[in-house]
Amino acid sequence: MTATRLNTGGRIDRSRRVTFSWDGKTIEGFEGDTLASALMASGQQILGRSFKYHRPRGVMSAGVEESGAIVTLGEGAYLDPNVKATTQEVFSGLSAKGQNAWPNVRCDAGAVLGLFGRFFSAGFYYKTFMGLPPFEWGRGTGIWMQYEKLIRKAAGMGEASRAADPDHYDHSHAYCDVLVVGSGPAGLSAALAAAKKGKDVILIEQDFELGGDYLNQSDPVVELKRATLVDALKAAGVRIMTRTTAFGLYDFGTAGLLERVTDHLSVKPLHQPRQRFWTVRAESTILATGALERLVAFTNNDRPGVMTANAARSYLNRFGVLPGQDIVITTNNDSVYRTAVDLVKAGAKVTVVDLRTELSNTLLNKMSQVGVVVKTGLAPLKALGRKIVSGVQLARPNGTQWIADDVLSCDLLLVSGGWSPVVNLQSHRGSKPIWNAKDACFLPGKCNDNVTMAGSAAGYWQNDDCEASGLAAASLAMGEDVKPPSAVGWERPLKPLYEVRIAGQKTKSFVDPQHDVTASDVRLAHQEGFVSVEHLKRYTTLGMATDQGKMGNIIGLALMADALGKEIPDVGTTRFRPPYTPIAIGALAGRNTGEHFKPLRRTPMHDWNLKHGATMTEAGLWHRPWYFARPGETLNEAYIREATTVRETLGICDVSSLGKIAVQGPDASEFLNRIYTNAFAKLPVGKARYGIMLRDDGMVMDDGTTWRLSENSFLMTTTTTNAGKVMVWLEELLQLRWPELRVHVSSVSDQWGGVSIAGPKARTAIASCLEDAGVIAAENLPFMGVRKTTLKGGIDCLIARISFSGELAYEIYVSADHGEAMMDLLWDAAKPMGGCLYGLEALGTLRIEKGHVTGAELDGRVTIDDAGLGQMASTKKAFIGSALRQRPELTRSDRAQLVGIFPKNRNQTFNGGALLCEKENVKGFGEGWVTAVTHSPALGHWIGLGYVTGGHAAWQNQTLIASDPTRAGEIEVEIVSPHMFDPKGERMHG
Amino acid sequence: MIRIPCPFCGVRDHSEFSYGGDGSVQYPALEASSQDWHDAVFQRDNICGMQTETWQHVNGCRMWLLVERDTMTHEIRSVRPAQTGLTTALEAIK
Amino acid sequence: MTRFSAWNVFWNGVTGQKGWSRQWRDPEPKSHYDVVLIGGGLHGLATAYYLAKNHNIKNIAVVEKGWIGGGNAGRNTTIVRSNYAQPGNREFYEDSLKLWENLSHELNYNVMFSQRSHISLLHSPGAIDGAARNYNVMRQTGTPDVEIWGLDQLKTAVPHLNYGPNARFPIMGAAVQQRAGTARHDAVVWGYARAADALGVDIIQNCEVTGITRNTNRITAIETSRGTIKTHKVGLAVAGNTSRLWSMAGMGQLPIESHKLQAFVSEPLKPLLDQVVVFGMGGAHFYISQSDKGGMVFGGDLDWYKSYAQKGNLPIVQDVAEAAMAVLPCLGRVRLLRHWSGVVDMSMDGSHFICKTPVDNLYLNAGWNYGGFKATPAAGTYFADLIANDRPHKVIANHDLKRFERGLQIDERGAGADPKLHG
Repeated sequence: MTATRLNTGGRIDRSRRVTFSWDGKTIEGFEGDTLASALMASGQQILGRSFKYHRPRGVMSAGVEESGAIVTLGEGAYLDPNVKATTQEVFSGLSAKGQNAWPNVRCDAGAVLGLFGRFFSAGFYYKTFMGLPPFEWGRGTGIWMQYEKLIRKAAGMGEASRAADPDHYDHSHAYCDVLVVGSGPAGLSAALAAAKKGKDVILIEQDFELGGDYLNQSDPVVELKRATLVDALKAAGVRIMTRTTAFGLYDFGTAGLLERVTDHLSVKPLHQPRQRFWTVRAESTILATGALERLVAFTNNDRPGVMTANAARSYLNRFGVLPGQDIVITTNNDSVYRTAVDLVKAGAKVTVVDLRTELSNTLLNKMSQVGVVVKTGLAPLKALGRKIVSGVQLARPNGTQWIADDVLSCDLLLVSGGWSPVVNLQSHRGSKPIWNAKDACFLPGKCNDNVTMAGSAAGYWQNDDCEASGLAAASLAMGEDVKPPSAVGWERPLKPLYEVRIAGQKTKSFVDPQHDVTASDVRLAHQEGFVSVEHLKRYTTLGMATDQGKMGNIIGLALMADALGKEIPDVGTTRFRPPYTPIAIGALAGRNTGEHFKPLRRTPMHDWNLKHGATMTEAGLWHRPWYFARPGETLNEAYIREATTVRETLGICDVSSLGKIAVQGPDASEFLNRIYTNAFAKLPVGKARYGIMLRDDGMVMDDGTTWRLSENSFLMTTTTTNAGKVMVWLEELLQLRWPELRVHVSSVSDQWGGVSIAGPKARTAIASCLEDAGVIAAENLPFMGVRKTTLKGGIDCLIARISFSGELAYEIYVSADHGEAMMDLLWDAAKPMGGCLYGLEALGTLRIEKGHVTGAELDGRVTIDDAGLGQMASTKKAFIGSALRQRPELTRSDRAQLVGIFPKNRNQTFNGGALLCEKENVKGFGEGWVTAVTHSPALGHWIGLGYVTGGHAAWQNQTLIASDPTRAGEIEVEIVSPHMFDPKGERMHG
Repeated sequence: MIRIPCPFCGVRDHSEFSYGGDGSVQYPALEASSQDWHDAVFQRDNICGMQTETWQHVNGCRMWLLVERDTMTHEIRSVRPAQTGLTTALEAIK
Repeated sequence: MTRFSAWNVFWNGVTGQKGWSRQWRDPEPKSHYDVVLIGGGLHGLATAYYLAKNHNIKNIAVVEKGWIGGGNAGRNTTIVRSNYAQPGNREFYEDSLKLWENLSHELNYNVMFSQRSHISLLHSPGAIDGAARNYNVMRQTGTPDVEIWGLDQLKTAVPHLNYGPNARFPIMGAAVQQRAGTARHDAVVWGYARAADALGVDIIQNCEVTGITRNTNRITAIETSRGTIKTHKVGLAVAGNTSRLWSMAGMGQLPIESHKLQAFVSEPLKPLLDQVVVFGMGGAHFYISQSDKGGMVFGGDLDWYKSYAQKGNLPIVQDVAEAAMAVLPCLGRVRLLRHWSGVVDMSMDGSHFICKTPVDNLYLNAGWNYGGFKATPAAGTYFADLIANDRPHKVIANHDLKRFERGLQIDERGAGADPKLHG
């Protein structure tokens, strides 16, 4: 292949040169070039190496179906492997290199693998590498995994960067009446027709220019038509998106698009994403996605210098590159003749080899007039040339066989094996394409969605027909009763051709060049029974490469049909899966990466906490204070000090993340009575009650306190984790199951900022912050009492005397805006008294000492009895879960129950997640497990909570082993009551 | 993307909603037997085809809806508020 | 049948690949079989193999409406692990893993089981304790290869995870199972098919069950698109289609819902990730590994709504991509090549059923949730044992349809009786 850049012609801008690098060399191209056209013009022929055999590959097409010129762009963190050079625009500063080769694609040591190709037939790896060769001796996976290391290194294509992708990506959404995909003759006509009828139209084009097949033509009349159509579209207000691929069609007219915003620019504008992922919801969709030209399987049909015929037309007419001087075009259809004429006019010597013998004299005369030599009744048998094409051995059919014929020398071998309409997007909708034997292609089948196919994607081969089908598609998309025009088809019928070979001769004919799947592989698959098209695909990897079978699927099917003695439709077609072309994962993720991966929830006092020294920890989506270390303090020192301070004086803890739900209405108390296990009907106004709710299946769902603010108004609190879930659950119950209840629920979690003040001096501290200190006097606010009152400065608040720590404790809620003011007020009062701020770690310590449960204990598998709260399940009323909690397995007395755990040797520690086992029987599931641990300042040693079969009663005065083989080993522990500190609750009632 | 015509908000992407479950399940009275509850909570028709199911417009009006939807094609036949009475109320407004 | 070996690969390379025969026959259905297994997926084929091999029952048919391995067998993300901690599941999946370890040799088919280790990332002290509990159980029940890793160990093994200051959920450690990994899913299908066929099992493709004939307590025959087949015993192993066949047999409801699970593969790349990595935090769920061919294979949550459609939708594609970037920020420029979906049989507690049914000679294998692929060898072994002996082995004694009536929910996640929550 000796390609040259012509001085005139094409759509490139010769006034704008761009320089880029290829494998370290500086190369010049023009604006409007693709990487493939620029490399071709500069004489680069070998651009890639194949997957398995490392065969040299050049440009094979001019579009997304490319299987040869696959390269790596960029450097460092911008490394972008597996880019199709045929679709990448060149720009100044672009850096590209060959991949899957060492030292480079032109001279690749890996090519030695090609010598062993006879052993690497389809699926050979399923037959060996299991054990010691040659007879696969051995057991286990050890030998395979040694082989696997080598195989993994050899496989893969490009190398991805291990550094984080530095680019960013956007997500956008759009709605339209009509989405037109493809801007060739059909797409442009369809979009314009729809727009003229007043429809809101979006037109999508994956290329950087509008026009599709128009762009491949040299006729100025055609260009005028194209330009006129494009102007009219713009005038009609059609939203036009170039460099945008419709990669998938989904339910309800949704399309996924990828817009490449800066991939073609040498200077990436600030504030522009690299790419944009669009979700478009369209009332109707018109697919004018064109058709792809196929190769034919013959020996060495992958040599650099072999490409599809229409690609040459594109390189010539669009890019001003004459891809060869001495060109042979082999074909089985009419489509190559216009290419032949264009190439001759550009100065090449052209011979067309047409398999068909019955060509019209008009055509032959016309060709001979322009100087195109036509040979008929022949097909390519073998491409000649060691690394690059230097000629072609032809063959002629003889019955069902082939006989070798002439050898033609050439530097470019163009092949047209027929055209495959791009039905991929419609196939995403579950539509099955229908085989058309006349044109040897799959045409779109029936589709239940409002999707209309137009142009060559629907089997119209002439520009005029495509335009007419575009118009009809626009009408059809709008529900008008129109008949699509009948396709004229090819002037002379196509003669199906998939493979040329002489029986008995060894071949290396590629069906799927990218994955090195050969015709012999397909036949071997047949021989071994992989005859279903899906088995064929999976056994040979046909159609699994980055072009997803755009090049090879039909040939593979045809060869299988031939082997089976069936017709192609009887073999089937594989369903195409999205995306149509590969899509960067970064684009699909959009902006929701890094710290923006999931929204971070902050309490109203978040900044206040940070300002006062909080170290934060993850709590679901929340950040909550973990501990407030003084200078030099470790986590352990901090939490022990905090817990001690709470027990001795007081501590303040932000509890705003707790779920808060306003439950209001005349039936609110009845509602609560049904969802909580304990009675709520008679809860007096101004009182709070701790409640447990179960799931339908009788397991504990959540717990929290609910405060009766007035006759018909309650404030329910939930755990932080379950706030959303409980809210949804209450709504479901009210709307679906109990519509008769006059109750309204609303989430007020974000409306309130909440704080817990715990410790013997809590009352004193709070009193000094209240407008009316008397409110908090013991007689006015008894244990579980709730009051509305006012903090100093006129901040309205709710104050409840409830305790999670077991101390005299209160929770105060103010409107979120006043959260920081409340903290200032309380901290100013508490600090001089020796109080502290405390976080989740100390909170954990305090509640573990008391045996209060949290999510670690209520893991969705425990009953209320397991958690030691069985006395809270009313026997006088039915409630959610009351029926199913009575099932036999759930009422067994040997179920694991909540216990406290002390280390036998009080100086030792043990871990959460340790198993509790009998001393002589440290194996199996054990008798229980540890859920939470802490150093207890109150008791002066390490303690834990956990579950043990039969509970505390079953293991009194016995030694168990806390076994933590994955971390800490074994230590001896004893089981105690879970209420390890102040079991009678005297402190909190004080 | 399934597009759900919420009776309160209009047509919206299904990602605004959360799927509940089989809408034909009749939950028994709280006092009912363990067996009745077992059947309601654990047993499903699992229809392939048109089924009535519950969805909540969780990132919208938060209303629970009864949706008739084909589990094979995802086509939606009807959507109505789950809370009986609201359908009538909506009709009255219209 | 030609034995698979390096020698035969070499010899056939020299002699033009002529020595390879069909890997399984394409028989016409006989009018009667001792056992008919409905569903030519992994479980059906494995069951046939173990029935023939372990129980000497040879007159077996596997009937498949399409082509074998065309359902979830060919749609999963190929992960094999045994990190289940609930009694019953624990023994079952460990048995399965042990069978996996020698499966290539057992079947004389390289199923490419790569024990490259399975790493679950952990992000809080509570999560570490929670994982430790499960992995301690594993250590004490015959799975010695599990560890809890700190950050340093993890960074050495997988240096390019997101350890940076911008990580939304900083990684604190990981729970690791060394013997876990991935296998080549299609090869497992073909390996079992070839081995079962060699033992005389008839694998009948393109044979759709259209009716099930039964008297009160026994199935007498099944009607298929290829004629009536009489049989003594019927085993049902049809994953997402279980309820459809169940109602065809005239039965009532099941504790199963069919949901859609998507899977994803990227373009092939040179080795980028040597382990299976799993992430679950902040409501997101994500798992990824690299196939031997080089594609990054990954997945996430269900689509959340019930579906029998083998087609995905965009919201989950986006969710999964976000999680991918959260775990491995270098994936931004890596391109998604293909995404697809399978219909999974989600059960009410996230665990499976291998059990007898109200019909005397109908046996059920269903409710696999996310676990069907890795379960294959054990599912085949225990289902075969159940069918042959008409009683459950003690390992699967609680994997029956009545367990919820008894109050037993084998619920690894504690999610409760909602099928979609057991991903």
